[in-house]
Amino acid sequence: MLIRKASDIRSGEITEPELYLRRRDFIRSAALGAGSAAVSAPILTACFADEQAGAETPPRARAVRALGDVRPAPPEYRLDERPTSYEDATTYNNFYELGTDKGDPARNAHKLRTEPWSVVVEGEVGKPGRIALEDLIAAHALEERVYRMRCVEAWSMVIPWVGIPLGDVLRRVEPTSKARFVAFETLLDPEQLPGQRRAILDWPYQEGLRLDEAMHPLSILAVGMYGRTLPGQNGAPLRLVVPWKYGFKGIKSIVRIRLQSRQPDTSWNQSAPREYGFYANVNPEVDHPRWSQARERRIGEWRKRPSLPFNGYADQVAGLYRGMDLRKSF
Amino acid sequence: MNLAGRPARVSVWALGLLPLLALLWDFALDGLGPEPVERITHHTGKWALRMLLLCLAVTPLRRGLGWRTLQPHRRTLGLLAFTYASLHFATYLVFDLDFRFGELAEDVQKRPYITVGFATLALLALLAVTSTRGWMRRLGRRWTKLHRGVYLAAVGAPVHFAWSVKADLAEPLVYASVAGVLLALRLRPLTHRIGRSDANYATLPRSTKTGIGNPSGTKGETTEVW
Repeated sequence: MLIRKASDIRSGEITEPELYLRRRDFIRSAALGAGSAAVSAPILTACFADEQAGAETPPRARAVRALGDVRPAPPEYRLDERPTSYEDATTYNNFYELGTDKGDPARNAHKLRTEPWSVVVEGEVGKPGRIALEDLIAAHALEERVYRMRCVEAWSMVIPWVGIPLGDVLRRVEPTSKARFVAFETLLDPEQLPGQRRAILDWPYQEGLRLDEAMHPLSILAVGMYGRTLPGQNGAPLRLVVPWKYGFKGIKSIVRIRLQSRQPDTSWNQSAPREYGFYANVNPEVDHPRWSQARERRIGEWRKRPSLPFNGYADQVAGLYRGMDLRKSF
Repeated sequence: MNLAGRPARVSVWALGLLPLLALLWDFALDGLGPEPVERITHHTGKWALRMLLLCLAVTPLRRGLGWRTLQPHRRTLGLLAFTYASLHFATYLVFDLDFRFGELAEDVQKRPYITVGFATLALLALLAVTSTRGWMRRLGRRWTKLHRGVYLAAVGAPVHFAWSVKADLAEPLVYASVAGVLLALRLRPLTHRIGRSDANYATLPRSTKTGIGNPSGTKGETTEVW
């Protein structure tokens, strides 16, 4: 296993999508002496790798398809690090509604029906209502964002998301002057999300942001990753991505967005208030009570690397927390 | 076929090392999944726990069902538990801590689930080292007392597991329940009730009590404990 530090990887070496999408297939076929065929596989093949990989590939949502008209990530939102392989990013997931084992969400994702899908926008907004997902997206240009994703469990990935800035969506529904926080809610349906049959958390999953955090240009609502629509296990069809916070803030399969004046309850905070705060900014200095947050393991690597304050986005977001004690507001 | 003899003991070792072989096989074929370190940590940890529980099941099975030929395998199972626990710890030391021994000390002090896990491993190490005939002879009756420490390990290991998970306690609770049943079977009233088929065990010729029991040669009182 070849292990390299990020600093050793030049941007020219970053794997092209058609290769990282099929990494394991590539390794497998290379082992069988058919490597050259895999290398020259066109992008089209890569997009249908699910069907081609055969029985060894875990079942995935059939609904996943290529997204058109995606604006490439502007340089400030394009992390110059090698993206995690598509296979790893879609088979190692925390989405307890689809099972608590990391492999469960990919196995159970087919139960989640993402069409039709709509989102209720309510609370302190000038234009409340139920918006069909297509309409929510159609009003904005889809953008790619290559972000670090740091889980509170001390592992991390680099994911090329496709989405729309959350701030743009919120501005369209016209927050009132009383709106100070945004609350999000996941679909509640134990048929589609069988993990909800067990009371591991107080379902539906809830998350929230301060309004200024939500309006920050780094915060997006993702509808895709790796140039395709989101697979169920990654929070299809609509999820939150806030790259300077721990992954659990990135609520999946969102059906409700509520603007409000008081700080919303959030699921992990309610489950274990000593362990998970409302802010949950990535902070190597503040340990989880049961484990250190100083280092993280990038998926695909064996050794850990140092974690970065605000997950490496301190320049952009540290100002949001000026004057706050981040040990108390963890 | 002699189920207590040397070939049988070698077979138990071989069977017990199959999960390790499976792990190496997966490693060789790039089959450890997206997070190999977590996979290795969980695999070795769970097998340590399973071997420990199998080890603790030997005496109740002998007493309850009269399966005496199992008895010599108790030590093998205990040593297998220690083997997997050591690999579990080594994975953490190498890949999580990168040999930072200062952080190991900090973790052991600060993080209760690691404190419990580390103490359990230390205990298993002590039991493994003193599991030889030589140590049984040297320690005499104290050997029996010392090896009752395995009960503590049977509490420590599931507690360590349960304490390490984020929210879903289902799996650790299964192990904890099995450990609980195996420990409850040792309680005196239960032991007496189910211990009938064992009544003559202490008076059996020494040769049938392979490896364990009455090492100091004292009479009348069984040193048979766990």
